[in-house]
Amino acid sequence: MDLKLKIWRQTGPDAEGKFIHYPVHNISKDASFLEMMDILNEELVANGEEPVAFDHDCREGICGMCSLYINGHPHGPDDSITTCQLHMRKFKDGETIVIEPWRAKPFPIIKDLMVDRSAFDLIIQAGGYVSINTGGVPDANAIPIKKENADLAMDAAACIGCGACVAACKNASAMLFVSAKVSQFALLPQGKVEAKRRVEKMVAIMDDLGFGNCTNTYACEAECPKDISVANIARMNREFFVAKIS
Amino acid sequence: MSVMYSSITKKIWMSLMGLFLMTFLVVHLGINLLLLFDPTRELFNVVAHFMGTNPIIQIFQWVLFAGFAIHIVLGITLQIQNWIARPKGYKVKASSEDSFFSKYMIHTGVIIMVFLGIHFANFFFKAKIFHSIPEFILNGVNTGMEDMGILVMELFQLPEYVVGYIIALLILGFHLDHAFQSAFQSLGLNHKKYTPFIKGLGHIYSIVITLGYIIIPLFIYFTK
Repeated sequence: MDLKLKIWRQTGPDAEGKFIHYPVHNISKDASFLEMMDILNEELVANGEEPVAFDHDCREGICGMCSLYINGHPHGPDDSITTCQLHMRKFKDGETIVIEPWRAKPFPIIKDLMVDRSAFDLIIQAGGYVSINTGGVPDANAIPIKKENADLAMDAAACIGCGACVAACKNASAMLFVSAKVSQFALLPQGKVEAKRRVEKMVAIMDDLGFGNCTNTYACEAECPKDISVANIARMNREFFVAKIS
Repeated sequence: MSVMYSSITKKIWMSLMGLFLMTFLVVHLGINLLLLFDPTRELFNVVAHFMGTNPIIQIFQWVLFAGFAIHIVLGITLQIQNWIARPKGYKVKASSEDSFFSKYMIHTGVIIMVFLGIHFANFFFKAKIFHSIPEFILNGVNTGMEDMGILVMELFQLPEYVVGYIIALLILGFHLDHAFQSAFQSLGLNHKKYTPFIKGLGHIYSIVITLGYIIIPLFIYFTK
């Protein structure tokens, strides 16, 4: 395949960025999107140019490191996958592919297509955990948990914190991410103990970091590589409301 | 002031006020429809007089104004914060599958706000501040009530007003279509069994309200 890439290049956080056009040739339709980016970078390095910086790690859709806003979609045009799971057969020969970084005030650009997502770490640090300070590991089957709740908690816990929800949302809202992290604990008895404190603190830090407000457009759910449901957002709204009035 | 509250608190108030205003739209439509069933305008004028003089309604109208004010102020605050959250946009327009009208709530909202201003100038201010509404004379007898009905009839003779009114109401319909289900979601009322029903009900509500209001100027314009 021959493709025309239009990639956002920015030398540093405060630098002015711009789109640069790169033609790439002879790309296998079986190559992954990131392999295509590797091929481009090898060519750039061979020509003495600076390679395109982009985030990636496991390349099997579980680490949440890869990003990229490809032709108007976070993680590209395919459903329920991360960018590293995207293959070039999803594109047409000769197609122009526009590759942009996640755009949100709390996700500042580090370089080119890499953004700093440590805002998510700060939200987790505010309450996305269960405090067990003493004692041994309890027996997993000692506490009865409804199968439905266990499934919902597991679904919420599938969130890899990639930030596609923020990238997709027209308001750059982090509600899908935060609600998944609130839900995975709120649904289980071990998490209920700190539920009130958790939701209040996580929402407060989310707002302080400058993420936008949820307007229920549901673009986050449509673009989430892990199919996190917006039902989690409603659950967080309930949790927050109950926390505030109790 | 509204900036101080958390994003979810603002959204909860936004949805509570929105649902309150939606109930008001039903009451208002019920009164307006009286014009279709009574050529003498007596029914409409009696109800309008009741709404304009009943002490409980007089107190409640301030609750309604507060509802409008809170909804508008919060809506604008939320939108400004949302714009700030993404200082630089994307080159390629997002094409994610989403709730279509949700993307234009601020635009439809501002148009409805302007329409509300015009509506107030045409009816409420004339009745409450300028007292410039003619008295309602029924069968040659002065009823002592204001003839709000004739005001509506006269305005709906003007083609430009009828067209403007219909456009404003269609935009209100678009606003309501997203607003109805969104209010339930913001209040945390999401359930795999009931949410599809609420979404369907929201579509029906917005269509019934829009068509209900639109039919009145069309009826008056084409029958008088």
